[in-house]
Amino acid sequence: MSEEPLLSVKKLSLGIRRTNAPATAIVEDLDFEIASGERFGIVGESGSGKSLTLRAIANLLPRGIEVLSGSIEYRGQDLLRMPADARRRLAGPEIAMIFQEPMTALNPVMRVGEQIAESPRRHLGLSKAEAKALAIDMMRKTGIPDPVRRAEAYPHELSGGLRQRIMIAMALSCSPKLLLCDEPTTALDVTVQHQVLRLLEQLCDDTGTALVFVTHDLGVVNQTCRELAVMYAGGIVERGKVKDVFAGPRHPYTKGLLDSAPDFDQPERELIAIPGFPPNVSNRPRGCAFAPRCTFAVEHCLEEAPALEPALPGREAACFESDRIFEGTAA
Amino acid sequence: MSTPTAVLVGFKARRRAARLRSLQPWYRNGTLIAGIVIVGILVLVAVFAPLLTPYSPITQHLEDALQGPSAAHLLGTDKYGRDVLTRLIWSTRVDLRIGFLAVFIPFVVGSVLGAIAGYFGGWIDLVLMRIVDIFFAFPFYIMVIVLVFVLGSGEASIYLAIAAVSWVSYAKIIRGEVLVAKQQDYVVAARLGGISHAKILLRHIGPNVLSQAIIYAMSDIVMDIMAIVTLGYLGLGIAPPTAEWGSMILDGQEFITTQWEQATIPGLAVVVTSLGLSWLGDGLSDLLSPDRRK
Amino acid sequence: MSDTIADPALRVSGITKEYRIGQGIVGRLGGGAATLKALDGIDLELRRGEVLALVGESGSGKSTLAKILVNSTTPTHGTVEEPGADAAAGNRERARRVQMVFQDPYSSLNPRITVGSMLAELLKLHKIVPRAQVRQESIRLLNLVGLQEDALDAYPSQFSGGQRQRIAIARALAVRPDVLVADEPVSALDVSVQATILDLFRSLQRELGLSILFIAHNLAVVQHLSQRVAVMYLGRIVEVADTGELFANPRHPYTRALIDSIPRMTGDSVNDEFDIEGEPPSPFDVPSGCRFHPRCPIATERCRVDDPALMQIGPAHLSACMLAEDLAPYPGAPLAEEAR
Repeated sequence: MSEEPLLSVKKLSLGIRRTNAPATAIVEDLDFEIASGERFGIVGESGSGKSLTLRAIANLLPRGIEVLSGSIEYRGQDLLRMPADARRRLAGPEIAMIFQEPMTALNPVMRVGEQIAESPRRHLGLSKAEAKALAIDMMRKTGIPDPVRRAEAYPHELSGGLRQRIMIAMALSCSPKLLLCDEPTTALDVTVQHQVLRLLEQLCDDTGTALVFVTHDLGVVNQTCRELAVMYAGGIVERGKVKDVFAGPRHPYTKGLLDSAPDFDQPERELIAIPGFPPNVSNRPRGCAFAPRCTFAVEHCLEEAPALEPALPGREAACFESDRIFEGTAA
Repeated sequence: MSTPTAVLVGFKARRRAARLRSLQPWYRNGTLIAGIVIVGILVLVAVFAPLLTPYSPITQHLEDALQGPSAAHLLGTDKYGRDVLTRLIWSTRVDLRIGFLAVFIPFVVGSVLGAIAGYFGGWIDLVLMRIVDIFFAFPFYIMVIVLVFVLGSGEASIYLAIAAVSWVSYAKIIRGEVLVAKQQDYVVAARLGGISHAKILLRHIGPNVLSQAIIYAMSDIVMDIMAIVTLGYLGLGIAPPTAEWGSMILDGQEFITTQWEQATIPGLAVVVTSLGLSWLGDGLSDLLSPDRRK
Repeated sequence: MSDTIADPALRVSGITKEYRIGQGIVGRLGGGAATLKALDGIDLELRRGEVLALVGESGSGKSTLAKILVNSTTPTHGTVEEPGADAAAGNRERARRVQMVFQDPYSSLNPRITVGSMLAELLKLHKIVPRAQVRQESIRLLNLVGLQEDALDAYPSQFSGGQRQRIAIARALAVRPDVLVADEPVSALDVSVQATILDLFRSLQRELGLSILFIAHNLAVVQHLSQRVAVMYLGRIVEVADTGELFANPRHPYTRALIDSIPRMTGDSVNDEFDIEGEPPSPFDVPSGCRFHPRCPIATERCRVDDPALMQIGPAHLSACMLAEDLAPYPGAPLAEEAR
C-alpha cells in the first residue's frame, strides 16, 4: 500500500487477565489494515472474536476483557497509548459505530433529533439551530420519511428499521472517516435489510467513509464489502478481495463456511456442514485452531499454528496445506 | 425405521458460556460459606442443647439469682437463678424451630396458590392477586401481633398468625416466576406433548421457579424469628418458663443498668442468627439463580 | 401423487385470529379496545410428505398460524382439519399428531430435566413403546437425529445450539407425529451448523414420510429445503406455488421484492427495479384495498380500493395480485453467471 493506512491493527490480542494465572486470550495476534474509503468485512461465527475486535477499536470492550498486547493505529497514532480524552474526541468526527440492536444504543428518554444533533454540537461547534438543521438533513439522507416530525419522536415510537436509520444518521452526523458496523442488519427484515445496506453503501461512497463491517452473513458481506477477513477462534484465517475469496477460498474453514451456506443462486448445490465445534477459548489446541475439524489436516497441523501468509497475489491464508488442498482451483 | 443419512455427530459434553460465567465454584463463595457456617453452628447448638450444658433452663434456684459471670455460670444467672448461657442455648432450639416451621406452611400454601394463579391466569389470578394485595396492605408485624393477641399466646397461634400473613409473599414471588417460565418454549412443548397441567407445573415449571422462593424463605425465617422475639418481648409469645430470646430480653431489661448482659446477649444472638440466614440466602441466590437465556 | 393432494395432512380454512388490546377493566371503561388482526382469512393445505415453507416478514402472522396449527392458541374464526386423523380420537391423540420445533433451542429445552428423562416422559405418557423398551427407543430417537446414547443422562446446558436443536427435534419425533411445524428452526444457529439441521429435516421428510411446515425468513434456506412455498404479508397469504416456480416466476410484487432483497453470495443484487420502500405497516392499521399497495411499485388506483383475494393464476400457482398477469417475466431467476 502506497499511502498510510487509515487504520492499522498490529499484533492485537484481547482477553481476560487473571491475577494468578496466565491471561486467557480470546483474540490473538490480529493484524490488518484498512485504507481510506475501504469497505472491509469481517466474517466469522459466534465466538470467533469478530465483534470484540470491533469493540476494541471503538474503545467499547465489555468489562473484564482487555487489550493484552498489540496496537491499534489510527492515522499513525496508537489509540491504545493515547490520553483518554484525546481518544474520546475521536469518537464522532473520526470514528463512529453502529450496533445490531439500536434500542440499546439510543437514549430512550431523549428525542431522536436531539440525539443526532448532540455529537455535531459538541464536536463541530454548531449552534443549537444549526445542529438541529443538520440532524434533520441527516435523517432525510438516511431515507427517513417526514424527518421534521420524526425528529421529535422517542426511540420506542419508531420501528426497528427507522431506529437503525436514526443510528446511522447519528453515526454519520460528523462525517467520520471510519464507520464500525456490528451486524447492523441482523435484526431487520429482509426487505428493510436490503434498504439499509444500500443506504450505508451509498452514504459511505458519498462521504469517503471507510467501513468495517462485522457479520455472520456471507451474502451481506458480498453485497457490502470489497475486502474480507475470515475469523476463526480469535484469529484471521484468510484475507483478500471478497469476490476472489468467494470464488476460490484458500483456507479450509472459508471453504467450509461457503459450502455450508445455502446460496440462492445455486439451489441444487448440496450443503456440507463443518463437523465438530470451534475450540473453547481457554482450551485452544496447540497447532492450527481449525485442525481438529479440518478434513485436510495432516500431523503437522496439530503441532504448529500456521501464520497468515501470502497464498496468491492479494490473498493471504493461514494454512500449511493451502497449496496442496486448493491446487488447480485458483480463480 | 431406518437411520437417516444425517451425519452422526459425536456427542461431546460442552459447557455453555453461561455456565462459565460462574467460574467460581460454590465453595469459593465467601458469603455462602459464612452463612452455612453460622447457620450450621446454630443448628448444632439447637440439636445438642441438652449435652452442651449441665443446667436446666427452667428449674429455678432463687438462692443463686442475679449472679454476675463466674466459672460456674459463664454469663451469670437471671432473676430466678437460672443459668443465662443455658437459657440462651435452649432458646436457639425454640426460636430456630419456630422460625423454620413457621416458614414451611406459608411457603407451601403461597407457592401452590401463586403457581396456580400464574399458570392459569384469568379470573383465578385476578381474585387471588386482589386477596394478596389486601394482605400486603397491612404491616407484617402488626398483623402477626394482632392475630396472636386474638388467637391467644402459644406456639400454635404463632404458626397460624405467621402463616396467615406471610403466604402472600410466596404467592407473589412464585406467580411472577411462573408467568415468566410459562412463556418459555419448553412449557409450550410439554403441552404439545400432551402432558397434563398438573405435571407441567410440578415437574417442568416447579424446579425452575422454586429457587427464588427458597432464597426469599431465608430472609423470611429472619423476619419470623424477629416476630417471635417481638412477641416474646411483648409477653405474647411462648409461655414463660420456656427459654426464648424475646422473653430473655424482656426479663433482662429490668436489670439493664446493673447486669447489661442479661438483655444484650440474647439480642446479639438474634443479630448473629439473622446475619447467618441472610448470608445463606444471598449465597444461595448466587448459586441457584437460573441462568435465564444466554 | 394425485390422491395425496386429495387428502392433505392438514387443511386450514378461513382462519382469522384477532387480538383485542386494552381489554382490561380500564380499556372496557374507556371503550377504546383496538383490534389487531394477526391473521385474516387463511386457507392453506399441507400435503402429505411435503415440506411447505411459510415465508414473510415480522408481523406477517406466520408464527400465529403455527401456534394455531399446533393448537396452542385457538383461531377467532375458521377451522383446522386433520383429514387423516381418527375423528373419534381424544384431544391428547389429536395433539400428538402435530408437533413443533421452536426457533430458540435455548428456551425450548427445560434446563432442569435430562434428555433421557424428557424423552421417557413422552414415550410413557403416550405408550409409544412398552415400558421395558423406553430406553432403547430413546436411544433410537437420539440416533435418528444424529446424537448418541451418552446424551441421555446429560442436561441441555451441556450441549451446543445445534445439538440442542437436534434434541428438540428428537422430542418432537418421540410421539411419532404426522406433521412437524418448525418455526425458524435454524435462524438462531451458526451457518456451519444450519446445514446439518437442514439435512436432518430433509432426511426426516424422506425416510419417515413426515409432512413439514417450515417457517423461515431466509429464502435461500427455503429454496434448499421446501417443495412448495406460501408467502405471507400482514396476515394474508399473498402467493403460493411450487418452490421452483415461485422463485423463477414470482407473480406477486411482494414476492419479487423479497427475492430481490436476498443478499446474494455471488454477484450483486439482481433487479433494482423492484425495490420496495418502507416497512410493513402495523397490523393495527391495515391499509385499504390491497394491503401491499403503499409499498408496491406497480400499484394502480384500483389497488387502493379493491382488496384482492388469492386467485388461481396458473397450474398450482396462486397469487393475490390483481396485476399478476401483467408482471413482466422475471429476469432475476437464479442463474449465477447471469447475475454477475
